[in-house]
Amino acid sequence: MSPRTNPRAANTPRKRVAAIRRTLRNRTLQKNASIFAALGDPTRLRLVAALCTGSALSIAQLTSGTDITRQAVTKHLRVLADAGLVHGVKLGRERRWELEPSRIDDARRSLDAIAQQWDQALTKLKAFVER
Amino acid sequence: MNTTTDRIERQIQIKAPRSKVWRAIADAEAFGDWFGVALKGKRFVSGERVSGNITYPGYEHVVWNVVIEKIEPERLLSFRWHPYAVDPSVDYSHEPTTLVVFELEDAGKGTLLRLVESGFDKIPAARRLEVFRMNSGGWDQQMRNIESYVAAH
Repeated sequence: MSPRTNPRAANTPRKRVAAIRRTLRNRTLQKNASIFAALGDPTRLRLVAALCTGSALSIAQLTSGTDITRQAVTKHLRVLADAGLVHGVKLGRERRWELEPSRIDDARRSLDAIAQQWDQALTKLKAFVER
Repeated sequence: MNTTTDRIERQIQIKAPRSKVWRAIADAEAFGDWFGVALKGKRFVSGERVSGNITYPGYEHVVWNVVIEKIEPERLLSFRWHPYAVDPSVDYSHEPTTLVVFELEDAGKGTLLRLVESGFDKIPAARRLEVFRMNSGGWDQQMRNIESYVAAH
């Protein structure tokens, strides 16, 4: 493998792949940043938790038992929808809101990354004790 | 909040008596050996802070810094720390910590080690992004595979 020091290598497949790699990584980070920004609010986290049951809920259902106004909930749902975490569905004449589970999976992946590090650490511990 | 996002749970079966596994966890120097942190001459004492530099190549500048919470000999050791506190220019001290618990139990001729790290729901959203940055290694490997494929075709 040759080191990446050749200045005339700008059009090699290697350079092109490096550029694609940067773009993809930035896109992933931006996408995840918007998910975490959307989740980084207690009201919105509460909405997500309420929608976690799996059923589509109306704004009236989402606000019942809380002191949050319709307008505030609508605003928060908009932020969640922009991050791709929820989406609206029409049920007859009523509009309801539903969770988009794949985005929650994205957020879960950060925990998976830490879990993976623990897996490595525990494997080392096992080897250390059993040697 | 949500247990699926708040905690990590792992367990591993180790072919060694509980006392031996316990020494590897509770003896600071032994812990440092397998975990990859320089803890020579240090001791784990409940309620006390202990720190040392990471020995993993490329991360030697990172200081591993925990407060030991509970020590129940041959059964349980726990500490609190700031997960993924790897950026030396950031002061993590005001952020919430996560709790790491090692629990041991006899299992047949060996030992069952259970690990739980909990409290992630309280970690600021922006900080969780660090995890993605740290995890870019796997992605890098994938891209290297594509790179060699492209170069060869």
